[in-house]
Amino acid sequence: MTDTDKPTSSSSIELLSFRVGGQDYSVDIMSVREIRGSAKATSLPHAPSFVKGVINLRGTVLPIIDLAARLGLQTGDKPERNVIIVVDLGARTAGLMVDAVSDILAIPSGEIQPPPDLATDNARTFVSALTIVDGRMIRILDLEAVMPPQSEEVA
Amino acid sequence: MSDPMAEIRASFFIECEELLESLQDGLQTMDDGDTDPETINIVFRAVHSIKGGAGAFGLDNLVHFAHRLESAMDEVRTGRFHPDGEAIRLFFTCADVLGDLVRAARDDDTVSSDVTDPVLEKLEKLVGVEEEAEEDLDFTPTTLSLDFGDDMALPTLPDLSALPTPEPDPADAPLPGGKGFTIFFKPDPALYLSGNEPLYLFRTLRDLGDLTVTCHTTALPTLDQIDAATGHLSWTLTVHTEESEQAVREVFEFVDGLCQLDITPFATVPSATLPFPLTATPFLPPLSPPEQPASTAMLPDPTTVPETLVAKDTAVRVKPVETPPSESSAPAKPSGTPTQPHATVRVDLERIDRLVNLVGELVINQAMLSQSVTEAGLPPNSPISTGLEEFLQLTRDIQESVMMIRAQPIKSLFQRMGRIVRESSASVGKEVRLHTDGENTEVDKTVIERLADPLTHMIRNAVDHGLESPDKRLAAGKPREGHVTLTAQHRSGRIVIEVSDDGAGINRERVRAKAIEKGLIPTDAQLTDGDIDNLLFLPGFSTAQEISNLSGRGVGMDVVKSSIQALGGRIAITSQEGKGTTFSISLPLTLAVLDGMIVRVANETLVVPLNAILETLTLTQDDVKALGPQAHVVQIRGGFVPLFDLGAELGYRPPQESYVGGIVLLIGQEDGNRAALAVDGIEDQRQVVIKGLEGSYGPVPGIAAATILGDGQIALILDPTDLVSQASGRTRSRPPQHALAG
Repeated sequence: MTDTDKPTSSSSIELLSFRVGGQDYSVDIMSVREIRGSAKATSLPHAPSFVKGVINLRGTVLPIIDLAARLGLQTGDKPERNVIIVVDLGARTAGLMVDAVSDILAIPSGEIQPPPDLATDNARTFVSALTIVDGRMIRILDLEAVMPPQSEEVA
Repeated sequence: MSDPMAEIRASFFIECEELLESLQDGLQTMDDGDTDPETINIVFRAVHSIKGGAGAFGLDNLVHFAHRLESAMDEVRTGRFHPDGEAIRLFFTCADVLGDLVRAARDDDTVSSDVTDPVLEKLEKLVGVEEEAEEDLDFTPTTLSLDFGDDMALPTLPDLSALPTPEPDPADAPLPGGKGFTIFFKPDPALYLSGNEPLYLFRTLRDLGDLTVTCHTTALPTLDQIDAATGHLSWTLTVHTEESEQAVREVFEFVDGLCQLDITPFATVPSATLPFPLTATPFLPPLSPPEQPASTAMLPDPTTVPETLVAKDTAVRVKPVETPPSESSAPAKPSGTPTQPHATVRVDLERIDRLVNLVGELVINQAMLSQSVTEAGLPPNSPISTGLEEFLQLTRDIQESVMMIRAQPIKSLFQRMGRIVRESSASVGKEVRLHTDGENTEVDKTVIERLADPLTHMIRNAVDHGLESPDKRLAAGKPREGHVTLTAQHRSGRIVIEVSDDGAGINRERVRAKAIEKGLIPTDAQLTDGDIDNLLFLPGFSTAQEISNLSGRGVGMDVVKSSIQALGGRIAITSQEGKGTTFSISLPLTLAVLDGMIVRVANETLVVPLNAILETLTLTQDDVKALGPQAHVVQIRGGFVPLFDLGAELGYRPPQESYVGGIVLLIGQEDGNRAALAVDGIEDQRQVVIKGLEGSYGPVPGIAAATILGDGQIALILDPTDLVSQASGRTRSRPPQHALAG
């Protein structure tokens, strides 16, 4: 379904790992377009609370998702020290606001495992797989689920 | 597009559209009573060029129809037939059918002969041209057409051995008596390549007077050396005519520059012996095969035609197939014609769009640069500031020029409407005349394309429901013929297109009754005339089929309205009982930039489209009145306008305590209603480049699009109509206050 699913058939997968709300997450590096510093976003009226707004990315309008808020994590009060990871998903591009980018990891596909069943936690919705690196659990993000829902069809 | 044939074919069809347009134009001019021969020539040439190109592509149906139409036009051109109003109407129909055939050929579709045949029949009955021999319709260059057209019998093939093989040179050409001219005519190969045919020229000459043709075959090489693409023949023609030399020259106007041409008037000399007495019914063996003049007719012994000739034939066939589309315009637009268009270049729309986008970036960059220069605290008259100012001027000019590239005259759209009027008036049995004005008004190409459907609808409505039947018109003291007027003009940075009719106007009683019956308005609603007219745009109203029996309108007007709004336009309606109805559409000049007022609300910067703002005002204590528990109205010159707090409506902040002293923008909406938007401050007024939000995020209620300001920040462009229609109207906070996202 997503880019993160693909590499299971190949030998290894490269992930960009980052910290958000005190947890380690990662995305397939192939879907990352660039990493840039945070900028003041123009807020969108009537947008969900996790949509910070839009910023100008060299002439295009880029929606920014506050990933911590999206995942329902503690946001923490360090507003301007954030980093934006610009990701591509199909024809859509969005910026994910995270606390810090950590590392690029090459993970053998055999070491990626599905997340265990959690009856209540909605975290499951956003995590497509898990892996362990140096004793830390790295969550692989399901980008499709994170993206702001494409608003209702224009009538 | 790798296939060169497909490309040539495509360009032929583009060319056809242009030719059809000039055909329509010419007919319109004729319809307006212009009998200038040049107009008729334009019409004739347009048909001729379409026929020529179509022949090259083997589009037989198209050639057939175009040919018959051309023959009829020729009758007009030569003055044998003087078209009256009815004839011109028929010509219009023919032009429509011709357009259909072109489009059908383009889309590999077919037009039923049920459509074309009756038109042709009428045409021939009217003009009296009989269908010519089929050979004439065939454009393969090898065809040996000896028919001189019209009523002449096909002469038998001449005894070729009788031809004097060494042709006398032009000096020895016959000099018959009477007034006239001796013409030496030697076509260049280019003449044949551009699809011209000496035979037609000679025929036209014959119409001027007695014609004698002498063909010079001395330059003709032996068969194995013949280059099929080159003409080897030249002619000496003598024509006895009272016409001026100018008239004779005009015959060769099409081939000006494509041939060697000497025209000398001759003195009165007694008739000499003529090698070919080709008066009135001549036979012209060498004339017809343009590319291959000598293939059969000129051979000393026709029976020895070798096999290789067949191969040559195909070679000849290929040649014109490749050339006419690109060159057919050349003979169609001879130099020195007063109506000659400017040189044009066809560019892929995508490239222009890319340029438009880049210029948009340039504008943004320039604004950012200006801002940082200001922030750097450089003195205003420093070289950098002056240079920047020039840069600003240049950027503006570039932007304007780029926008102009996308702009097109609205004429093509208006011409299509001419057809709609003709067809719909015929189907409802009314006599309708369409007047157009301002058809050279330039509008963005996208706007033109997306305007076609709503305009068609409105024109149909005007003909069907707007105008009364001829009897009713006469009874009302109006001329039998109804008038529909279509105008376009630039008005304060917008395009205004008006569709008006001189019909009975809107029957407001009936419209009102209908709306009540449909449950769209309460029975006791107090409505002004304008309100009632606007009921026509209500979605529920349009479903009423019966409305078409009334003098009112309403069939699908809601669809029209929404498509106009989608273009950033507005539509208004004015009607006078007994005098007629006018629909007026106002559209932005372009869909890429917008004049906006930059406003500040709750620390956010927003852009309000300037065209929506009627005025700005500062509220005083007397202006603001509370209405109900949560709302305010603003009193403006005796009227009351609802007040909306922009910050609250967009969810930026709770409604304010007091609006006294605040700034409001008075917004005019399409339906004529007004609304007051409270903002915190007005910062600037400038052109902004529109950046769509739909692609990256999705539609946002109340927001039309986004733009990038000089400081690199994104500002949202407001859609005032949408905002007001979705507004809560809450301008007073009711405790307890609800939290708002920011």
